Amino acid sequence: MKDEKTAVLNGAEEITERKRWESETHDPSLKKMPERNTPFTTVSGMPIRNLYTPADVSEIDFTNDIGWPGEYPYTRGIHPTMYRSKLWTMRQFTGFGTAAQTNERLRYLVANGGTGLSIAFHLPTLMGHDSDHPNSRGEVGKCGVTIDSLQDMETLFQGIPLDHVTTSMTTNAPAAVLLSMYRAAAEKQGCNAHDLSGTIQNDILKEYLAQKTYIYPPRPSMRLIVNTFQYCAKEMPRWNSISISGYHIREAGSTAVQELAFTLYDGIEYVRWALEAGMDVDDFAPRLSFFFNAHNDLFEEAAKYRAARKIWARVMKERFHAKNQRSWLLRFHTQTAGCSLTAQQPYNNVVRVTIQALAAVLGGTQSLHTNSLDETLALPTEEAVTISLRTQQIIAHESGVANTVDPLAGSYFVERLTRDMEEGCYAYFDKLDSMGGMVNAIERGYPQKEIADASYEYSRACERNDKVIVGVNQFTTEHEKSPDTLYIDESIEREQIARVQELRRTRDQDAVLRALDRVRDAARGTENMMGPIYDAVRVYATLGEICDAMRDVFGEYREPEIV
Amino acid sequence: MARLRKIRVLVAKPGLDGHDRGAKVIVRALRDAGMEAIYTGLRQTPEQIVQAALQEDVDAIGVSILSGAHNYVMPRIMELVQENKMDDVLVFMGGIVPDQDISNLKNIGVKGVFLPGSSLDEIVNFVKNNIREDA
Repeated sequence: MKDEKTAVLNGAEEITERKRWESETHDPSLKKMPERNTPFTTVSGMPIRNLYTPADVSEIDFTNDIGWPGEYPYTRGIHPTMYRSKLWTMRQFTGFGTAAQTNERLRYLVANGGTGLSIAFHLPTLMGHDSDHPNSRGEVGKCGVTIDSLQDMETLFQGIPLDHVTTSMTTNAPAAVLLSMYRAAAEKQGCNAHDLSGTIQNDILKEYLAQKTYIYPPRPSMRLIVNTFQYCAKEMPRWNSISISGYHIREAGSTAVQELAFTLYDGIEYVRWALEAGMDVDDFAPRLSFFFNAHNDLFEEAAKYRAARKIWARVMKERFHAKNQRSWLLRFHTQTAGCSLTAQQPYNNVVRVTIQALAAVLGGTQSLHTNSLDETLALPTEEAVTISLRTQQIIAHESGVANTVDPLAGSYFVERLTRDMEEGCYAYFDKLDSMGGMVNAIERGYPQKEIADASYEYSRACERNDKVIVGVNQFTTEHEKSPDTLYIDESIEREQIARVQELRRTRDQDAVLRALDRVRDAARGTENMMGPIYDAVRVYATLGEICDAMRDVFGEYREPEIV
Repeated sequence: MARLRKIRVLVAKPGLDGHDRGAKVIVRALRDAGMEAIYTGLRQTPEQIVQAALQEDVDAIGVSILSGAHNYVMPRIMELVQENKMDDVLVFMGGIVPDQDISNLKNIGVKGVFLPGSSLDEIVNFVKNNIREDA
């Protein structure tokens, strides 16, 4: 009788066995039933074999590569108990119209079992403009909530005790200003900054790569980010000072490997800059967090998250010699892929979102946003948002996938894909290292070009019908009923402009001008910007005024043309 | 009479929106279809866009807006197109546009409004079929 060890085939035996299976069983069957005429590739175009066997994972070592949850290299999860102890945070991204309108939606989500807040700001706020700036015309309240000053931030969180919730704020170029407004609003509620918990996205590198809501050139922007690391380490120890984001890179059309590689490499770049500024790696690394996309390809995505944890742990331990185990952990938020949703037959999007959310959960995410079925058409209605929240609740409580830790581990296919992700990622690391890091690579346009190429290739593959998109290039229907959508009308712009102009008339103007001068002085020197920004926020200097004060010193970024 | 030169299209990205995946894909698709496509880059004002269209002597302007600012941006572009007597220039747009805004955009002279899910071929053919042969 064979014992358990010899029952596992060794590499050579396995290859012989595979040949036998192919000639005796597989090939005769293939003659009768040829494979479908379609490329067998992942969403990202990675070729997939017909069958995975022990030979595909022969180089993978259980202890070193897979291991135990809650232990290095964390491939299986950052917590030993994962969802058996605590489910992921169901965090729905919300923001539209005025602060008062969004406040109402936030309260609705909390009342329905949402467990974390996540704020979407409108484009003028993200670009550091007030609502009455000429460039804000037509944009006010359209893509997110309008925040011009501390006054709006107070309204946004009215009736929501900020020491009892965790809040994620999607803001990058003006993150330092909005974090200061959040702190000031919380303090006005009577909260202590030390008790505040949440995240600012604060990831400027991926703005240059993908989403393009940058204001200043890369180097002063990196300084602002390091300043927030230093500030949070001291003043807001429970706050995640950055959410290093692949989401937008993927939405811009990258492959899964590119998303993984560019995101983790952005992380490396932030660590480098913080070290150069004299910080100790273990003082800030435990507060770095990540944000990934979840696309349709279930196994590719799950493999991506598993690889991400493993690579980051190795980078932090071996490259940066972090000692604190918390510095090795890759904690991440996931959002389902907006770019995968279709305008055609929009109810199908509920199914896509379910698969994507499942991938995120199988991959061990810490928090999750599920998109709503109507999001290719508009910001979501309350009804659509409810379905997407319920999707998470069904996965959590009905599907059974949260019963055990890392349920996909040991699958020949998933372990092989995890390894392929890792190898693809390290190949990009080598290229980026050779260019002297991410800021240099961005200035040369390298990652931007890689993403644009992948995006075009994907569009073409869809047009060729190499990739079937249900309801778009196959299984189309003639007469579709569109869902009712949320409409943001132009009156919000007039209302908000009146509000910010009234604020400017009633505040202490001398105090504001002094505070803005301090911001400019700080920008010219080398001190931490956070103190002067916070002081300006508290006397109701507007976001646009504070960002303009920094524009006076830092200038504005213009990107190289890459099509 | 057959055209003596390639169709020239300005692909423009107005407003604060930085989502340029669509605009870039359209530029490449138009080029692959044998046209000359010029991309303005991000955050151009209507004034800058129409100026660029004049300077580049284009046959068409394709505008990409995903932020919802079309109700301000498109009327302004059409006003400037008329002021500059560019009546022969085809103006079309793509992006996230609520149904109730489409008829107004068509009324002010935006010839094509392409919503999410439009195919590249559809857009390329639209441009080919709507450029005046004698232009």
